Amino acid sequence: MRARLVETDFDIPALLAAVADPACGAQALFLGTVRNRNDGREVLAIDYSAYRSMAENVLARIVTDLESGEPGLRMALEHRLGRITVGGASIAIVAASPRRDAALDAVRRALQRVKTEAPIWKHEIYADGSRSWREQEPLVPTAP
Amino acid sequence: MKVRLLAFASAVAAIGSAEREWELASDLSVAELRQRLALDYPAIAPLLPRIAIAIDGALVHSSMVVRDGAEVALLPPVSGG
Repeated sequence: MRARLVETDFDIPALLAAVADPACGAQALFLGTVRNRNDGREVLAIDYSAYRSMAENVLARIVTDLESGEPGLRMALEHRLGRITVGGASIAIVAASPRRDAALDAVRRALQRVKTEAPIWKHEIYADGSRSWREQEPLVPTAP
Repeated sequence: MKVRLLAFASAVAAIGSAEREWELASDLSVAELRQRLALDYPAIAPLLPRIAIAIDGALVHSSMVVRDGAEVALLPPVSGG
């Protein structure tokens, strides 16, 4: 499966190998990492949680949609759950394509769709001992 | 009828647990279910305008009818990535 939720560090070489193809002249890799400040507060870590079954379906649909819209595009997408400390990676997206523009564009579009469509949440843990849910993008059902 | 109510992120504290059985009148619409949520779990009321509802893993509109045995998920705005 090339779109999934994981609990451990990403295996980047395995992700790149999953999309490798002799017809591709470009591989693009994006890693989202936990930064040490948000809204002026010192962040120590983020607990990621998800509505697992739905989130895995959404991630798979994003990959399928993007691949079906671009000839030769091959993608893999993983999102980590659980606690990730500052500097750790929370999401890995790889895309291989015959053309570099298509690979770079696919990574950007996949990330944007994950952020707005996947039922995944950040619970930030701050240096002062407090925590806060980050609830940013309301989910919207598609038109009936 | 009974449904399985799942809550995520800030909705967990408002409902009091991440998962519970919930007894409802038969064949409520999602709009009616939202009204029942606010009555049965008053702490969720201020969050409801920004909460999406999924039935059996799919986002639904307010006119959809909820059936016995459904999995009803309360989904606050998301923040993956």
